[in-house]
Amino acid sequence: MVEAYLRQSPLAHLGLDGRAEASRGAAGVTLAERPHRGMVNLRLDPSDETAMNAFAEAFGFTLPTQPNTTAGNGEASALWLGPDEWWIVSPSPGPGAGPDLADKLRAALADRFAAVTEIGEGRTCIRIAGPKARALLQKGCPLDFHPRAFGAGQCAQTLLAKATVAIHLSADESAAEGPVFEVYVLRSFAEYLWLWLEDAGREYEVTVIA
Amino acid sequence: MLLIPCPYCGPRSEEEFSYGNEAHVPRPKEPEKLNDAEWAEFVFIRSNVKGVFLERWVHSHGCRRWFNVARDTVSYEILAVYETGAKPPKLEMRRAV
Ligand SMILES: [Zn+2]
Repeated sequence: MVEAYLRQSPLAHLGLDGRAEASRGAAGVTLAERPHRGMVNLRLDPSDETAMNAFAEAFGFTLPTQPNTTAGNGEASALWLGPDEWWIVSPSPGPGAGPDLADKLRAALADRFAAVTEIGEGRTCIRIAGPKARALLQKGCPLDFHPRAFGAGQCAQTLLAKATVAIHLSADESAAEGPVFEVYVLRSFAEYLWLWLEDAGREYEVTVIA
Repeated sequence: MLLIPCPYCGPRSEEEFSYGNEAHVPRPKEPEKLNDAEWAEFVFIRSNVKGVFLERWVHSHGCRRWFNVARDTVSYEILAVYETGAKPPKLEMRRAV
């Protein structure tokens, strides 16, 4: 874990706080960074019922085994990455979020065959929302983002403008601001991806929000 | 652009994958007993099939799993995908002439 006073988002130098608008206005797309989320990579054999139950007991929801789906509650969510691999994400940006998640997992799975690896410091999360959010992602990603093909709660690891990302649709068109995508990107690609999003979104009017 | 059905994630665009060349090339049991020519044969020499080819792919930008693909090298049609370690499915081994 990085010392708390040294923690800096990879987009800190863009001064996004200073550009943030209070509301979306007429913008088709809003962008925001959600930095410093606690993130843990979890490897576990889903046929190990004891381990699956131990996770459910500790977190209050079951690890998703359906490909490209997520599960979760307000405190944490789990993104399916592969047949025996998930990300467990805490939306809290506090410096303890990652270590706390990892500790909780290690305690719950102490006697099981599983791997718990903290990965949050190497990544950031870009939130892309609004009625044109699907159109914007579609410009740089080969996945089908039509609402029929990519619904709320779905996730995918893929390429966005050639950067490796994991995309989670946390809310769909039923949300007041339109679909809300959370895009997890490696720290070193974050600035590139942000600038690409602003450029590709220009025709939809991009607003930075807090 | 190929649409490759990853056995774990479902159909995805070719650009998410990396190619691993021919599948089912057995590693020599006693590599120290091979001479240079035999070792080179194992490392470098692959069949150059016109027709159904069994090959390896890895979903590098997705689930990062390796798996096998049966692909027609003439039409590029993907006839089957199957897990690493599994036997290839029975396919009509048609060869284009
Ligand atoms: Zn895959």
